[in-house]
Amino acid sequence: MSTVTGRRDRRGVGTGAARPDGIPKVTGEFAYSSDLWEAGMLWGATLRSPHPSARIISIDTTAAVAMPGVRAVLTADDVPGRPTYGLEVPDQPVFASDVVRYVGEPIAAVAADHYDIARRAAAAIVVTYDVLDPLLDPEASLTAEPLHPDGNVFRHMVIRHGDPDAVGDPAAGDIVVEGTYEVGMQDQAPLGTESGLAKPTADGGVELRIGTQWLHVDRDQIAASLDLDPDLVQVELAGVGGAFGAREDVSLQIHLCLLAKRTGRPVKMIYGREESFLGHVHRHPARMWFRHTAKADGTLVKVEAKLLFDGGAYCSSSPAVLANATCFAGGPYKIPNAVVEGSAVRTNNPPCGAMRGFGSVQVCFGHEGQMDKLAAALGMDPVELRLKNALAPGDRLITGQRLDGAAPVAALIEAVAASPLPGEVDGPMGLPGGPGRTTQAGDVRRGVALAVGFKNLMFSEGYDDSAAAKIRLFDGVATVSTACAEVGQGFVTLVHQIVHEVLGDDIEVVLNTASTTDVGSAGSTSASRQTWMSGGAVKLAADDIKAQVDLDPDRAEYLADVVHQHTPTTPLDENGQGEPHVSFTFACHRAVVDVDPELGVLRLVDLVTSQEVGKILNPVQLLGQLEGGAAQGAGLALMEEIVLEGGHIKNPSFTDYLIPTSFDLPELRVAAIIEEPEPHLGAPFGAKGVGEAPTISSGAAVIAAIRAATGLELPRVPVRPSDIALSPDRTP
Amino acid sequence: MNVTVTVNGEQRTEDVEPRLLLVHFIREVLGLTGTNVGCDTSSCGACSVHLNGEAVKSCTVLAVQADGCHVTTIEGLAPSADELHPMQQAFREHHGLQCGFCTPGMVMAATSLLREIPDPTERQVREGLEGNLCRCTGYHNIVEAVLAAAKTGGAQ
Repeated sequence: MSTVTGRRDRRGVGTGAARPDGIPKVTGEFAYSSDLWEAGMLWGATLRSPHPSARIISIDTTAAVAMPGVRAVLTADDVPGRPTYGLEVPDQPVFASDVVRYVGEPIAAVAADHYDIARRAAAAIVVTYDVLDPLLDPEASLTAEPLHPDGNVFRHMVIRHGDPDAVGDPAAGDIVVEGTYEVGMQDQAPLGTESGLAKPTADGGVELRIGTQWLHVDRDQIAASLDLDPDLVQVELAGVGGAFGAREDVSLQIHLCLLAKRTGRPVKMIYGREESFLGHVHRHPARMWFRHTAKADGTLVKVEAKLLFDGGAYCSSSPAVLANATCFAGGPYKIPNAVVEGSAVRTNNPPCGAMRGFGSVQVCFGHEGQMDKLAAALGMDPVELRLKNALAPGDRLITGQRLDGAAPVAALIEAVAASPLPGEVDGPMGLPGGPGRTTQAGDVRRGVALAVGFKNLMFSEGYDDSAAAKIRLFDGVATVSTACAEVGQGFVTLVHQIVHEVLGDDIEVVLNTASTTDVGSAGSTSASRQTWMSGGAVKLAADDIKAQVDLDPDRAEYLADVVHQHTPTTPLDENGQGEPHVSFTFACHRAVVDVDPELGVLRLVDLVTSQEVGKILNPVQLLGQLEGGAAQGAGLALMEEIVLEGGHIKNPSFTDYLIPTSFDLPELRVAAIIEEPEPHLGAPFGAKGVGEAPTISSGAAVIAAIRAATGLELPRVPVRPSDIALSPDRTP
Repeated sequence: MNVTVTVNGEQRTEDVEPRLLLVHFIREVLGLTGTNVGCDTSSCGACSVHLNGEAVKSCTVLAVQADGCHVTTIEGLAPSADELHPMQQAFREHHGLQCGFCTPGMVMAATSLLREIPDPTERQVREGLEGNLCRCTGYHNIVEAVLAAAKTGGAQ
């Protein structure tokens, strides 16, 4: 074993090592959860509520049970344990029994010999409803009759920082700008829909193979509802077709395990795309009011905000999403005084929870819209205004927490602002409207704008999450066990790189399938946390092995078993002050958009980014995160919205819920990747998670560029053609 | 009814329901699960295969329509069991995948594109792959991979 310091191995950290699952993924051998198969397996299907709000009078399963080939029909009466589940609060019924609170809420599940039989049997269940008026307006929810015994407010919180009563001095030239902003409901839209396979085990338990983000919390929720000891529930990761937050909550996990236990046979379930839209949580729609006060020279004096997040029918991770939104509402700026009030409420809309960026995405549209407004009111360049107020190391956030790590906000802004601008597009296909060729080049107006955002890494507010890892070194082979869910991000590559970096290139690395059976929880693949948490755990385990080898090089076998915890955090006090976060990540984007204002059609011509990453572990995978994340952020500004009407999703398909295509997006250019190794304990080699920051400011930059091109206020995303073409404020 | 389809060079005759989609014939009847289903509405292209050498979304074709045809799926693209097709090689080398769910369909669509346009520009690749959705990559590395494969025999 040679020393680690300063080494740059071909296979170690910092190289563009290829994905170990790259070959099976390009040859089609890689087994997704939708590919699972067992001899004698049954197919599951789910009956869901057609109403956003109704009392269930009766459920008659007679016809379904009588259908040939049907092996089980389960309702709430068949849940032996806890009748509800939920990530933070178990407020969501496994099956609705007395009331339904959103369109798509599960009422029954069926297992049958064939998928079509299962589907027909589910449709043959007769549910009699007393249909109620749905509560769909989050503002009305605050004062309405509770929809649930837990009440309508998932969380209400206030941050008061500095002097909450501070006011600007108009006599001295202080400027006040106000704005309201709205964000529509976005879907994670992973390409693989929910799917999995459960089978009963000989010891009376159940085994589930599933595409998920958090194996152990799935296990615990299954065990609670099946009234089983958690050790009797084995959850193993199957190939995951993307996640982005959609797989953090339970969807079909409990249903599948109940069906397998009841029938004594393996049961498989796959959601179609429409059911997928109904079956997982979405990004919270938000209404946001802001008031910014600044001195005549642009120095921020105070930020005030009121945020209202529609959490839909059940809690999911609403409290944590709201905490992010309020804590990061001001953006990455020095804000001496702040009052931010946030509420996440229950309605009869579809439940909302985790999606990449987790609360920071919504408020970035607000704080960046405000900075542009403020710049206009001050007659100042928007880049200069941002630079003047940019957070720097040692500054305090509006939670009172001091930034003790990297915060190169000004450098990120400067890098993007200095990036060269693109020329005119060539040819009609490059015009707004693209293949429709509807736009004349002379009608096109171009807008350029920049946005910057930030968020926390890892869980917060005293939720001090951990990640476990084990390594066995035997005969030159390091076998690694971690329950970290690989959902596409490339953690599996980092495991190899980290072990090679510590133990050398000659070691063969074998990564066991992530499972609850042989290692403790890795925590969730969310909050940009797995590079740091599970990557850190793998590094600690490898360090442990290396120390053992150094001490006694002649042993046949070495074992390491570690649990990695990050620096502790604290809850927020009644004024929203504390040390709630471990670390932060920052990114900046500049968008160039061409608009045909008469038709309201757009083309994103150029997108350039910069990001602070701690340390680059794999530059190729890092760029992949920057590109994919920026695409999802831009998608929210340009086209992505779950359209709701009376609580019903009007566009639950990829024909009507649009995600960006290759033709909608330009090449993402990278102006700067800033490496400042993270000083906090446990960040492996100083590296940070990088997955979420790209999604935060990309959309805010795009909408700002559209505003710059059109001169319109455009307070809502995604922007629709009619918002531009039919705007009364549009100058012909 | 009986259909006879040559899949990845092997002639298969199966008794299928007339309503069976080609994608389900491939996945459920033949057990070739490399071809994925992403949307059910012919929007995402995850199920793209070659039908007589040209990319089609196999959820838009009935199995009976493929009677007498040659179908190539992702499993049949590589020249041999220990070699990758140049397009597969390019996707791997250029990190043109993350979760990989769109990859088989994207690779099949991209090889078909290069047969039509052997030396495409970046814009032509972006236009040509518009019918195949990817949610992970932002397409950047997919476009890179296709441009690279154009130089290494990706149209084969």
